[in-house]
Amino acid sequence: MLPHLAVFLISAAALAYEILLMRLLGIIQWHHFASMIISLALLGFGASGTFTALAQKRLLDHFHFSFAAAAVLFSITAPASFAAAQQIPFNPLEILWDSKQFLYLVAVYLILSLPFFFAATCISIRFMHSRQSIHRVYLFDLLGAGFGALGIILLLFLLDPSECLSLISPPGLFAAAMVCLDRKTSRSVKAALILFLAGILIAVLIPFGRTGLRISEYKGLYAALRVPGAEVIRESSSPLGWITVVNSPVIPFRHVPGMSLNCTVEPPEQLGIFIDADSFTPVTRYRGNPGEAAYLDCVSSALPFHLLDRPSVLILGAGGGADVLLALYHQASSIDAVELDPEVVRLVREDFGEFAGHIYASDRVTMHIGEGRGFVAGTHRSYDLIHVSLLDSFHASAAGGFAMSESYLYTVEAFQRCMKRLRPGGFLSITRWLRIPPRDSLKLFATALAALERSGTDRPGLRLALVRSWKTCTLLVKNGEFTPREIEIMRSFCESRSFDIDYFPGITEEEVNRFNVTDEPVIHEGAMALLGPDRIEFMDRYKFNIQPASDDRPYFFHFFKWRVLPEVLSLKGRGGLPLMEWTYPILVMTLVQALAASLILIILPLFFLHSAGGRTSGEVRIGFYFLFLGLAFLFMEIAFIQKFILFLSHPLYAVSVVLSSFLVFAGLGSSASGRWSGFLCRRGGWASRSAVGVAVGVIAVLSIAYLALLPSVFEKTMAMSDWAKIPLSMAFIAPLAFFMGMPFPLGLSRVADSAPHFIPWAWGINGCASVLSAVLAALLAIHLGFAMVVGFAVVLYAMAALVFWKPLG
Amino acid sequence: MNRKGLLQSGAFLVWVFVLAVAAPAQQEDAYRGLRAGLIEEIRADVKLTSERIGRARLTDRVLQAMLKVPRHEFVPDRLRPYAYENRPLPIGFGQTISQPYIVAVMTDLMDASEDATVLEVGTGSGYQAAVLAECVKQVYSIEIIEELGREAASRLERLGYRNVEVRTGDGYYGWKEKAPFDAIMVTAAASHIPPPLIEQLKPGGRMIIPIGSAFMTQHLMLVEKDPGSKIKTRQLLPVAFVPLTGGH
Repeated sequence: MLPHLAVFLISAAALAYEILLMRLLGIIQWHHFASMIISLALLGFGASGTFTALAQKRLLDHFHFSFAAAAVLFSITAPASFAAAQQIPFNPLEILWDSKQFLYLVAVYLILSLPFFFAATCISIRFMHSRQSIHRVYLFDLLGAGFGALGIILLLFLLDPSECLSLISPPGLFAAAMVCLDRKTSRSVKAALILFLAGILIAVLIPFGRTGLRISEYKGLYAALRVPGAEVIRESSSPLGWITVVNSPVIPFRHVPGMSLNCTVEPPEQLGIFIDADSFTPVTRYRGNPGEAAYLDCVSSALPFHLLDRPSVLILGAGGGADVLLALYHQASSIDAVELDPEVVRLVREDFGEFAGHIYASDRVTMHIGEGRGFVAGTHRSYDLIHVSLLDSFHASAAGGFAMSESYLYTVEAFQRCMKRLRPGGFLSITRWLRIPPRDSLKLFATALAALERSGTDRPGLRLALVRSWKTCTLLVKNGEFTPREIEIMRSFCESRSFDIDYFPGITEEEVNRFNVTDEPVIHEGAMALLGPDRIEFMDRYKFNIQPASDDRPYFFHFFKWRVLPEVLSLKGRGGLPLMEWTYPILVMTLVQALAASLILIILPLFFLHSAGGRTSGEVRIGFYFLFLGLAFLFMEIAFIQKFILFLSHPLYAVSVVLSSFLVFAGLGSSASGRWSGFLCRRGGWASRSAVGVAVGVIAVLSIAYLALLPSVFEKTMAMSDWAKIPLSMAFIAPLAFFMGMPFPLGLSRVADSAPHFIPWAWGINGCASVLSAVLAALLAIHLGFAMVVGFAVVLYAMAALVFWKPLG
Repeated sequence: MNRKGLLQSGAFLVWVFVLAVAAPAQQEDAYRGLRAGLIEEIRADVKLTSERIGRARLTDRVLQAMLKVPRHEFVPDRLRPYAYENRPLPIGFGQTISQPYIVAVMTDLMDASEDATVLEVGTGSGYQAAVLAECVKQVYSIEIIEELGREAASRLERLGYRNVEVRTGDGYYGWKEKAPFDAIMVTAAASHIPPPLIEQLKPGGRMIIPIGSAFMTQHLMLVEKDPGSKIKTRQLLPVAFVPLTGGH
C-alpha cells in the first residue's frame, strides 16, 4: 500500500506543479508563452520513459532506492528549476528580432522539464515493479493527479503562487519516505524519518520562504512602479489572478482610453489595479457628483447612452468601475454589473470604497460575481443596454497575445444570447481597441451580422452601427432598426468628439474617414462588403481571419492566416512585424518541436531495447496503441473541459471540476478494469480480446450522445445555481471518464504479461502523446471546432481497440 | 542568404574585428561604415513604402542625421554589436530604442524646419532626441523615469548636443515655458493624448505618436493642427501592406 500512496503523492505534486507553473509563468511572462513552455516541459514525461527503458534493470534491482531518489530529486528540482529558469534572460517580445531568444527558450523548458522527468520516472519504475497490478498503480496515479489539481487550486486561495511553490516539495519527500518505509530495513526507516521531518519542516517554514518573482520589465506593473512616488498599496492573490493595487500620487494614471482630442478635461485621481502584473483597470476617485465623470463622455463607448433615456444597463466586466461610473453619469435607471473576480469587487467596494465613492454600493447598482456569458445565459431580466468595453489590455491585444485563448463572449451564439436579453429598441454595445489594419472591428461586425441572420432578422444592416475614436472602436447592435433621429444623434455625437462613423444604415462615402483618417477607409469598405453579396469572398480575400467565432470554435482573437506569413516576414525591416499575429505560428512551432523531441524519445530506446535482446514482434503495435490512447484521452478531456466551461460559466470552476472529475473517475475505471479484464479473460477467446473494444464502444456512444444532447441540457439547466450545476457536470463526466480510464491499464497489463521490458517505453509514448495531444487539440479546435476534436478522439480510441485485438507483445 | 542577411552578418563580423584589434579612431570609422549600410537599407525600405507614408524618399536632412548620430552610444555596451541592425533594442527599465527605420520615418513625418522647436515626451536613451537635434534648432525632451532621464541628459551632453534640454518628470503638461512647439513627438505610451500637449502645438504643427508595444510599433498616429487650430489625425501604417488580396 505504501508505494501506492507514494505514487498518489508524487502524481498529485506533479499535476499541482504543472498548474502552479501556469500561474507563475503567467505572472512573470504572458499566458500564451506559459502554455507553450509548459507543453514542452511536459516532455519530461516522455523522457522519463526513455530513461527508464534504458536503465530498467538497474532501476528495478534497486526499486526502493530509485523511486526514493527520483522523488527527492523531484522535490529539489520543482522549486530549483523555476528559480533557475527565472535567471535566464528570455524575453518573448524579442523573439522575432533576436535569434538568441530561441536558445533561452529551449534552456527554459529543458530546465523546467526536470521535475516532470523525475516525477514520471517514479511512476514508470512503479509500473515496472508492480506488473501484476498495473490498474492499481494507474488508479493511484490518476487519483493523485485529480487531488493535486483540486488541491493546488484550493491552496491558491490561501497562499500566493510563490508561496505555493515551496509546498510542492513536501509531498515528493513524503512519497520518498513511504517507499523507504516499505523497504523495512533499519537504515531505510531512518531515511524515511529524515525525509518526513524535512517535508514537515519545509511545509511549516513556507510562509517565510517566499520565492521572489522576476516579473518581465515589459509588463504594465513594472512600468507603473518605475514612476517616481508610485507604490503598491494592496496585494492579494487567488487562482484567478495576482492582484496589485498601485497608487501613483506624483504622476497620476489618467487612464481614459481613446479620449476625444476635443476634450480638455483631466481625469480625476485614479488607483491602478493590475491583474497578473499586466491587465489594468483603474479605480477612479468619485465624490458622488456625477459631473466628476464627465470626462468619460469623451470616449466612443459613451455613444449608446446618448441614444437612450435613463436606460437599464448590464455591464459585463465591471473591473475597477469606470463603466459603472459612465452609466451613473448618464443617469442609468438600474445597473447590473458583472465581474468575474470577487477580489476586484471587494477592493472597489470595501478597501477603496470611500475613494471610489461607494459606486458598487449605490442603490442603482447591483453587483454580480460571475462570468459575462454565463450571466446573460442565466438571467431572465432584460435591458436597454448591454455594455462590453475593453476587457483586455491594449498591449496584450496588440501583441496578439490572446490568439489561442478561448472566449465565449465574442461568439455568434453569445451575441444571440445578448440580443435576446435586450428590450425592444435596446442596444448591445461592444468596444475594442482599434487596430490598423482593422481586425477586431470587422470581426465584431461579421459576428453581429451572423448572429442577426441566425436569429432570423430580415435586414440586419439596418440594426448595426460602427464608430471609432483614434484608439477604440464601438459596435452597436440594436434590437430593432435605427431611426433617423438616432442616426442624427450618432452623427452629432461623433462630430463633436471628432470620432469617425464607419457604418450606420444609409451611410454615404462622404461621411466616412473624416477625423482619424486612414489611407483607405478600410473599416467602412469592409463593413459594406460584409453586408453585400460577396461576404464570403471578402472574408477569404482579407489578409486576416475575420470569420465569426462560434461556441464550437471560440477563437475570436485568432486573426492569423498562413498566406500572409511570407509577406509579413519580408516586411520585417520596414516595421512590418507587428502585422504578424504570432501566437498561432508559435503554437505550430511548439507542435513541431514536440514532434521532433517525441520521435527521438520514442525511437531511441528501441535501439537499446533491441540490442539488449528485447526485440518483440508486436512493438510497433505497442507503440501505436499507447500513441493513440495518449492522444485520444487528452483530446476528449480538453474538448469536454471547453464544453463545460460554457456551462459552468466560470473558467476556474470548470477546469478544476472537470479536470479533477476526469482524473478521479478515470482512476476508478482503471481500478475496475482489473476485475473487468479478469472476468473477460476467464471467458477466453474473443471476449478477452474485446476488453478495450467494449470500453471504447461505451466511450464512443457516450461522447457522441453528449455532443448531441449537452447543448439542450445546458440550455435548460443554465439558470441553476453553481451548487446544482457542479454535481450535474460531474454526473455527466463520471461514466465517460470511468471507461476512458480502462484502455491504458488493460494495454499496459498485457504488455506486462508478454513483453514487460516495454512497460517504460509504453509509458514514455503515452507521455509524449499527451504533449502532442494538447497542442494538436488547440490547432484542431481552431480549424474544425471542438466537436471534431471529440470525433478524432473516438476514431483514435477505435484504432487503439483494433490494435488491441491482436496480442500486443 | 538575402542581401539584408549578408549585410547583417557582415556588420557583425566588422564589429568583432573593430572591438578586437582596432584603435578608437578606426573603431569610429568602422561604425560609420556600418551606419552608412543601415541608412542605405532604410533608404531602400522607404522607397518600397512610399505610398503609405506619402513620400517617395526621406529628406536629406533626416538621412544625414541618421548617418551622423552614433546609435551605438545609445545602447547598453553588450548590445553594441547590434546597434546598426534595423531592429529595436532593449535599454533597460522596460524601455526600448526604436527600430531605426521607424525613427527615420517618424522624424521625417514631423516635417519640421531647421528653425523648429520640438518637444519630445519620452526621452528613453536619447537617440530620437539626438536625431531630432541634428534636424531642428532646439529640442526639449521629458522623461518619466529618473535614471533614464539622467543618463540620457549626460549622454547627449557628452556627445556635444547643446540644443537638447532633458528634464525628468510628468510629460502630461508638456513644457509650458518653452511652448508653443512646431512639432511634438510622444514616444511614451499613453491611453489618451494629454490636452495640454495639443494646446502647446503651434497651429500648422504636427504631433507624432507611435502606437503599439515594446519592440512593436503597430502604426503611427499623426496629429495635425491646421492654421485654424482644428485637429485632424491620420493613422499611418509605416509599411506597404494592403489588407485585401487582389480582386476588385
